[in-house]
Amino acid sequence: MTQTEHQRTSVHNVKYENGAHLKIQNLSKAFGNFQVLKDIDLEVSPGEFVTVVGKSGCGKSTLLRLLGGLDQPTQGQIYQNGQILQGLNRDARVMFQDSRLLPWRRVLDNVSLGLKHQAQQQGQWALDQVGLGDRPRQWISQLSGGQRQRVALARALVSQPRLLLLDEPLGALDALTRIGMQNLIETLWQEQRFTALLVTHDVEEAVCLGDRVIVIEEGNITLNLPITLPRPRDTASVPFAELKVQILDRILKRQRPLVSEPTYTASLFAT
Amino acid sequence: MQITQSKTSTSPWQLPPLQQLIPWIVPAGLIFIWQVLSQLGLLSTRILPAPTSIVQAAIQLTLSGELITNVGISLYRALVGFLIGGSIGFGLGLLNGVSPIAERFLDSTVQMIRNIPHLALIPLVILWFGIGDPARLFLVALGVFFPIYINTFHGIRSLDPNLLEMGEVYGLRPRELFWTIILPGALPNILVGLRYALGIMWVTLIVAETIAANSGIGYMAMNAREFMQTDVVVLSILMYALLGKLADSIVRVLEHWWLPWHPSQGI
Repeated sequence: MTQTEHQRTSVHNVKYENGAHLKIQNLSKAFGNFQVLKDIDLEVSPGEFVTVVGKSGCGKSTLLRLLGGLDQPTQGQIYQNGQILQGLNRDARVMFQDSRLLPWRRVLDNVSLGLKHQAQQQGQWALDQVGLGDRPRQWISQLSGGQRQRVALARALVSQPRLLLLDEPLGALDALTRIGMQNLIETLWQEQRFTALLVTHDVEEAVCLGDRVIVIEEGNITLNLPITLPRPRDTASVPFAELKVQILDRILKRQRPLVSEPTYTASLFAT
Repeated sequence: MQITQSKTSTSPWQLPPLQQLIPWIVPAGLIFIWQVLSQLGLLSTRILPAPTSIVQAAIQLTLSGELITNVGISLYRALVGFLIGGSIGFGLGLLNGVSPIAERFLDSTVQMIRNIPHLALIPLVILWFGIGDPARLFLVALGVFFPIYINTFHGIRSLDPNLLEMGEVYGLRPRELFWTIILPGALPNILVGLRYALGIMWVTLIVAETIAANSGIGYMAMNAREFMQTDVVVLSILMYALLGKLADSIVRVLEHWWLPWHPSQGI
């Protein structure tokens, strides 16, 4: 902790240093005979926001679990900042679809879980970040679903991770709450510049948040599409809609003769 | 949306005084009828003594010190037996809960022994220990052991594995995992086991003291039976009821302290 803090202050470009660099090589994962991920190659720059979309069961959550070190690959490696990832990824924090908060701890104690030093102050700081600074003493059962996910986000961010893995964290929220959470995640990511990997089945969310959208189909990356739209993104704009349609068509394997090749199409298989 | 749930407006002490009395009308009426029937001689004292004579017996035995001595002895037996059986059950439940190897090794054995009604062992226990305190402590400990063991074990096993995974991702070491996730998560179940065990504790003690003892509430009751002192017999039964109620209230207090977050506490 102290060492990384020292690094952060000594390096000129602080923001750049906050994010983890990922390089995934020939990554495969099988459960028994079932091949979930097939020979995945992917590189993620420090501070980049990558969103992964695909149908359920395509292997996108498995990729995230491998990056978090929650599962071990059958083949291939993950390099994080040049080092092979083995065991649990200590630089990463995972935010799950179910908030996974401890009902027997108050909000602040949930956020400061696992912190050794200045747990209360740091927890309060993280709560302030997600706009729940006035609720430290409440029980989890007193919060709404959206508030629980904000607490979970605060818990993920409190240790200032270099890699934030988001496993459909907004999937269970209503549409309005989801938009608020997307903005919050984007803002915090812009401030803290961790590397973020968001798994979602919501294409609009993927285009809205990602520097790059990756489509996984049956264990393969079939689309790797940089999104260069300026932030914060206007979901009603034409280029946004074009990108969204392009990705949806890819996932649903639709033919759409009316849509000419959009200007924002990027290199397929760009790894 | 949340936060301000309707508070526990049905708490008895928040009602106006008159409404608080309502639950007591029927029992008070029954006692009154009982008293009248006894005084009219319609209810033989051999069957049931008048409520007033039970009160008299209570005063008399309290003044002579007999009541307090016997209650104290019974309480002591209950607590010691409970502590022995409860701590073994709790320890073994924790061990088998967190260690699959220990579970495979020990759980079937415990389940087999559990199927023996512990009161059926009384003849054997008397042969082993005689009719002294060790026999009673053994029976109480044995009776208390199983509910504590099973609920502790079950409480740990029914924990959400997702929470444990979360704990690992968030860098908790095994010891921290135990104190912040495993034990608090199992606590509601453990307290259910505790409450159940306290019930078994009294039942076991009543039977053990009634069959063979030379002191304690059960002895007091059996001794009074020989002299046809039904008032003392009923008094003894009431003492057991009172102690049982007391034990239950203690668990309620513990639940209030330890599970402030639990939906049962009406937060």
